[in-house]
Amino acid sequence: MRKLVVGWILIGSLGFFILPWYMINDGFLSFSWLLEYELEDHASGIIFGLTEKKWLLPLIGPLIFPLILFFFKSSRRTYANIFLISGLIGFFYFFFQGYAIGVRGWNYSIFESLFGEIDRQFGIGIGAVFTISTFIFYITHGLSSRGWLNGDNFIVGTIWLIIILVSLFVFMPILSMLDRAFINSEGVHNLVSFSDKFINKGLWGLDCLVTNVGCGVVWNTLIMGALTALSSTFLGLGFALLVARTNFKFKRLFKVLSVLPIITPPFVIGLAIIILFGRSGAVSTFLEWGFDVERSRWIYGLSGIWFAQTLAFTPITFLVLIGVIESVSPSMEEASQTLRAGKWQVFKTVTFPLIRPGIANAFLLGFIESLADFGNPLVLGGDFDVLSTEIFFAVVGAQYDESRAAVLAIILLSMVLLAFYVQNQWLGKRSYVSITGKGDSGLYAELPQSVKNFIYFVVVPWGLLTLVIYVMIMFGGFVEMWGVNHSFTLKHYINAFSVSFDEKIGLHWTGTAWNSFSTTFWVAILSAPPTAAIGILTAYLLARHNFIGKRAFEFGTMLSFAIPGTIIGVSYIFAFNTPPIEITGTGIILIISFVFRNMPVGVRAGIASMNQLDPHLDEASATLNANSYQTFKNIILPLLKPAIVASLVFSFVRAMTAISAVIFLVSARYDLATSYILGRLESNDYGLAIVYASALIVVMLITIVIIQLLVGRRKLGRRDQYFSLMQGNTG
Amino acid sequence: MNIFKKLLFVFSVLFLSSYAVPTYAKGNLTLYCSVEIEVCEILIQGFTKETGIDVAMTRKSSGETYAQIKAEASNPKGDVWFGGTGDPHLTAASEKLTEVYKSKHLKDLLPAAQNQAKFSDYRSVGIYVGALGYGYNTNLLKQKGLPVPKSWADLTNPVYKGEIQIANPNSSGTSYTTLATIIQILGEDKGWDYMKALHKNINQYTKSGSAPIKAAASGETTIGIVFQHDAVKQKKLGLPIAVVSPTEGTGYEVGSMSIIKGARNMKEAKIFADWAISPAAQTLVFNSGQSLQVPANTKAKGDPDAPVLSEIKLINYDFEKYGNKDTRAKLLGKWDNEVSNLPK
Repeated sequence: MRKLVVGWILIGSLGFFILPWYMINDGFLSFSWLLEYELEDHASGIIFGLTEKKWLLPLIGPLIFPLILFFFKSSRRTYANIFLISGLIGFFYFFFQGYAIGVRGWNYSIFESLFGEIDRQFGIGIGAVFTISTFIFYITHGLSSRGWLNGDNFIVGTIWLIIILVSLFVFMPILSMLDRAFINSEGVHNLVSFSDKFINKGLWGLDCLVTNVGCGVVWNTLIMGALTALSSTFLGLGFALLVARTNFKFKRLFKVLSVLPIITPPFVIGLAIIILFGRSGAVSTFLEWGFDVERSRWIYGLSGIWFAQTLAFTPITFLVLIGVIESVSPSMEEASQTLRAGKWQVFKTVTFPLIRPGIANAFLLGFIESLADFGNPLVLGGDFDVLSTEIFFAVVGAQYDESRAAVLAIILLSMVLLAFYVQNQWLGKRSYVSITGKGDSGLYAELPQSVKNFIYFVVVPWGLLTLVIYVMIMFGGFVEMWGVNHSFTLKHYINAFSVSFDEKIGLHWTGTAWNSFSTTFWVAILSAPPTAAIGILTAYLLARHNFIGKRAFEFGTMLSFAIPGTIIGVSYIFAFNTPPIEITGTGIILIISFVFRNMPVGVRAGIASMNQLDPHLDEASATLNANSYQTFKNIILPLLKPAIVASLVFSFVRAMTAISAVIFLVSARYDLATSYILGRLESNDYGLAIVYASALIVVMLITIVIIQLLVGRRKLGRRDQYFSLMQGNTG
Repeated sequence: MNIFKKLLFVFSVLFLSSYAVPTYAKGNLTLYCSVEIEVCEILIQGFTKETGIDVAMTRKSSGETYAQIKAEASNPKGDVWFGGTGDPHLTAASEKLTEVYKSKHLKDLLPAAQNQAKFSDYRSVGIYVGALGYGYNTNLLKQKGLPVPKSWADLTNPVYKGEIQIANPNSSGTSYTTLATIIQILGEDKGWDYMKALHKNINQYTKSGSAPIKAAASGETTIGIVFQHDAVKQKKLGLPIAVVSPTEGTGYEVGSMSIIKGARNMKEAKIFADWAISPAAQTLVFNSGQSLQVPANTKAKGDPDAPVLSEIKLINYDFEKYGNKDTRAKLLGKWDNEVSNLPK
């Protein structure tokens, strides 16, 4: 125990007395300051405190106060209180000064009038992070010494760490976004400016009902969500029936297809649609040549988005529905048949009602996915605006209106949360369990002919279309220019990924894609372990321990799951563009956004596996005098391999393919593959975009295989777990 | 914990290997680039070769870059803003978002480029000049049996309904220049009537200024309103594009460059600003076959296929008025409220 305390005091002191207190220009983790030390930029907290930034000096008090415990004997209670109070004072003072003093001195005029003018300060650096970590340790050590959770240091520490991280990187950004919605163009809080932006014809207008002018953005978004949800549920159901209830020869192929959307970079489906069905697309050309169908631009607008989203989200609804259909007990259908029901009657009165809740679930999921989708509306939207793209243009467009972006984001967030709430209510209240453990064998009833016909005539061609689209993507990288010149070429590959050898510099990565490619790869690799770690730790706390506020804790850790990526991106800009946490334009903000966005995936995977582990294992470990950390490390972790692999793989893949959040967060130095592809698409350079996307797909496949080999056997075969991971794939 | 040791090992090997190749950069520069990405890349490769300074570049349209610089004003992240129409550079200059700098090459520049510097109180400088116009897909035009357009007025002919593309003036300098040009040619009232009539023929307002001509080249639209050099470039690639210089006369852009105020790498930024308008750099960029604008430095050699300014009827474009922030806000607001929301 003493070693732990001394260790943390040393860490805190290192942070306050030696390491650079503020963020350094070259990056958070850069060590360049060691080589060219400049007091002005790289001084530690104590040096700044003694010179121009006197407000840092008081931090020294709570930091070293616990040292008196080494000189005086104290009761257990005093010991605990000293840590708790030092930690709390240090913690609150740290954030108080951080938020009160910014790049232009005092942030609030009331302090200026009280204390006079003051020097400015920048974003926190490595030293400040070490110091605040020590304060957090003091608090948790104090609490556990007072007997919280059986005096378990590890559990108390972990709970607080996760609470603080989630507050900082999930709640704080959302709150600062809400705040931003009420700020007018002069930077003053103002209810009128909010209502002006909220009650707006562009958002709620219903002109499309009477004239041919487009409707408001909110209605557009709702229409798009409803249409996509409807069609993808319908087709998903067809595929599920095809796989579960027919003898169709190639049904395994459709199972494989269902994995594809997970590793498909955004825009790719939209792009393939342009190539096939655009005005100069292969299909349009053929139709004109064969049937005199005039070429049109029908894919730019609602119809194109709907088409692309249906292609992208049908596999997701499929995964929901096949689980439900396979769990329907055949004995019920047999019972119905014995009562002389016809095929159609069985389907209508037994099978369908049993899968209805699954259908509702799939519908809501499709709806949420569609609302959160950013890539397809951006590529195919034409002049059809939806909320996710409007938020983007409000921030990156020339009108630059942060508060408008915030208002739009609030509307979108409410819609998505409402849909999630409805989904939860629905699932919570209805039981569609038909696996009872009783005699359950039997044969599924044959599908009625009409349903079979529907499957063969609609679903199978749709599956083929999906296949064709993926073939096109791979093929499209090898032609000169789509729609114009279809001769074979490798020039796009050379342009993107060429490598040359120079005597002076050595290996030279000359391809235009390397820069963003390596950043993407590194960000994805570096964000995977923390995502898995935080996810699994949280899952352990939720599954194995009881503490006050556990429900709220669970809600908090799951919240980022429901938030569309565009909103995360926008709120991160609002929250982290100014000190104390000033990380926009760095690689760290990318990693953090991925970690907290993908963390719920790890939590779900962890809880799912943890529930399969008998708690007696923990008890046995505790009986042998292991503390909770040892139990976690030696018993739980090794048994959680599948969950660890799952969260590593998914956080990696999602970091490689995410666009909606990071499009706001990329910078010159840290550009990501997806935003680079977007840039190429904007300038109609389809060849390079396709080449890049197919390279990403290949790299993801290889990495997934390597992670599997490293960590060991992976059990993703279980559908429920698989699906729970899928749900998070909102791009 | 065997697996974690394995993982840790792999991570550390990967991590170290990424640092194993040392880079000997003589400083860094963060460039916001608003010209074509190929041109941006020629530019930074040439600069790094010449000076040894490492360049990190983001390619964004001039409107987006202006918004970004404004957003980052209290805490600038970029150093130099290269390219894009002159207007947003002038707006940024009037808001003092950019830094005053007089290059030694200033006297060698075209008058239009020097004017850009004067209007902006030397917070910006012209780097190239390009005339506005439009291009059409010759195959599509023939297939559809459409008349060959020659003037601005031709574009409002209802036969072109759904055949024309132009960028959204809110996000593209090209499109804002078109709006300002039309209003200068026709006057306020007739100018807005023209924009409303044109709106009926537009099939999509794109985000990027040069996207319409690329869409025309790939056959997704018939006519794209862009700068002529962008259209010539597509033609040069062997695509079925014809370039039109409107008979009524046309506006032009002075592509500009500004140093961002409070740049973190001010020294490197000034080195870049000097280099970018030197004859050598201008020849490198504008004779590369990638960029068909007219270089601002009169001593530089441009592309032989580039549009020749003396053959184009240029209007007397009032940069001071139409580059002004308030005029800009007024025009864009009017476009949003009176043009873009009309039925097509």
